[in-house]
Amino acid sequence: MDVLAYFASLDPMHFMGALPGNVAQGLIWGIMALGVFITFRLLDFPDLTVDGSLATGGAVTVILILVGVPSPLAIAIAVVAGVLAGLVTGLLHTALGIPGILAGILTQISLWSVNLIILDGANKAVNVDKYSLIVSLRNVSSSIITVLIIAGIIICLLYWYFGTEQGSAIRATGCNPNMSKAQGINIDNMKVLALCISNGLVALSGGLMAQYQGFADIKMGQGAIVIGLAAVIIGDVLGEAIFRKRMNFSIRLTFVVIGGIIYYLVIGLVMWLKMPTNMLKLLTAAIVAIFLAVPYLREKRINSFAFKSKKEGRKNA
Amino acid sequence: MLDLYNIKKTFNLGTINEKQALCGIDFCLNEGDFVTVIGGNGAGKSTMLNAIAGVWPVDGGSISIDGIDVTALPEHKRAKYIGRIFQDPMMGTAANMGIEENLGLALRRGKNRNLRWGITKEERERFHEELKILELGLEDRMTAKVGLLSGGQRQALTLLMATIQKPKLILLDEHTAALDPKTAAKVLELSDKIVADNNLTTMMVTHNMSDAIHHGNRLIMMNQGKIILDIAGEEKKKLTKADLLQKFSEVAGVQEETDEILLS
Repeated sequence: MDVLAYFASLDPMHFMGALPGNVAQGLIWGIMALGVFITFRLLDFPDLTVDGSLATGGAVTVILILVGVPSPLAIAIAVVAGVLAGLVTGLLHTALGIPGILAGILTQISLWSVNLIILDGANKAVNVDKYSLIVSLRNVSSSIITVLIIAGIIICLLYWYFGTEQGSAIRATGCNPNMSKAQGINIDNMKVLALCISNGLVALSGGLMAQYQGFADIKMGQGAIVIGLAAVIIGDVLGEAIFRKRMNFSIRLTFVVIGGIIYYLVIGLVMWLKMPTNMLKLLTAAIVAIFLAVPYLREKRINSFAFKSKKEGRKNA
Repeated sequence: MLDLYNIKKTFNLGTINEKQALCGIDFCLNEGDFVTVIGGNGAGKSTMLNAIAGVWPVDGGSISIDGIDVTALPEHKRAKYIGRIFQDPMMGTAANMGIEENLGLALRRGKNRNLRWGITKEERERFHEELKILELGLEDRMTAKVGLLSGGQRQALTLLMATIQKPKLILLDEHTAALDPKTAAKVLELSDKIVADNNLTTMMVTHNMSDAIHHGNRLIMMNQGKIILDIAGEEKKKLTKADLLQKFSEVAGVQEETDEILLS
């Protein structure tokens, strides 16, 4: 009876009603995922700064809007704050020789204090009725369009940048540092540069998110890196499945953002199924683990001794 | 072209693993020289090449290339003057990037990397022509990822990358050692051709005595961080494997029998 009552209580309209909001949030997270893509995929550097720099972006944006700075300018300054966070991680790693993951964690931890100082507390609200915000959950459809345009511009810019001499040098650094040095690339500078660009994008996403939800919170970046990775990986797997060999760089970037949207749709689905919200982080981790594991396991199965011998056996039969 | 003066390098100084790898190397190379470098394991051949390339700073002495003192320059700044090929075919190219992208990176060695396109249309046409020299059909797969190429193809591409920007000096560090004999011969032949066509100053480390004898116009032998033999010109042309082995035991002494085995 309980099971029946549970299913009867699920209203498809609820899911559909929450859909636009989830798409908007997914798009905003998708922009952050583009930042994660740069470090994780192009630079081969697992950058944990993002949990901090996302909240920094939100905090700077909200505080500036509250003192009367127009919201586009506030976001631009938030991007600069994110770039500085990336710079710190980059210098900790290259100039001071701290291993990449640890350098990111150190910046992330220190940003917690910095964000508390910026926010002058644990959170700050910004009311859409009093201030003009570029995105807000009060007006979901216009928010989606705005974020879509921003994401489109960013994808175009990234596509262009990583095709330039400098962008190619960053990709080479991530791919083969030894070869890059032999080709005259200053790999330390390239790493710092990539971390700056990445965290600038993450802060931009934080600024949009704070406006969308109407507040900045010290905890808003918690687990952001995992969500970013989820988006990047979901996007990769999906893009690979749809486009296969025709997958080029612009499609990859687009699918990173789509990965963010899909992640949020899954979250929306889970909420609709009335799973306790306490389980969300566990679920996110599970999604990332599954999407990372599936391509690996498939590869392993195809190349396994058991699979090969079975195939051989069938051929001989 | 290349002047090494009293180059010293000791690894793991002050530890139980302390090893004096280069003990005051003095060496000069004229423009257009092609020198082959032989010696047993641990003789200091690769260490000397790494010292020239600037992989780490030397402990003493000075290095200058074409009159420019590069002793204090880090690796990526010296790259302007030097083209390098490594023993491991995976080391010299970026696997996730296309053939033309790798060449584009190499073409900008020693130049500022700005916000111009990584490869222009004219460059693409030039790469197409240059790839034909390799005779591997790579000119028809210019956008293919380098990771899809075989070791020999990658090494040939690295050769082209090292020379596309006409460096003052080419360092070949056992660049055919990881290839099968046929591919190795092909890559060596290509190296000879490209070096000769461009009149490049070259240093080639090898473990293969007959390669060392048949290539280049000069030969040096190293042992325990020193150059113990330096043969050039007519004398080198007449050189045989037996001569070399005999000279080796003469100069290095009898205790080096193990190295002799390694070399032959």
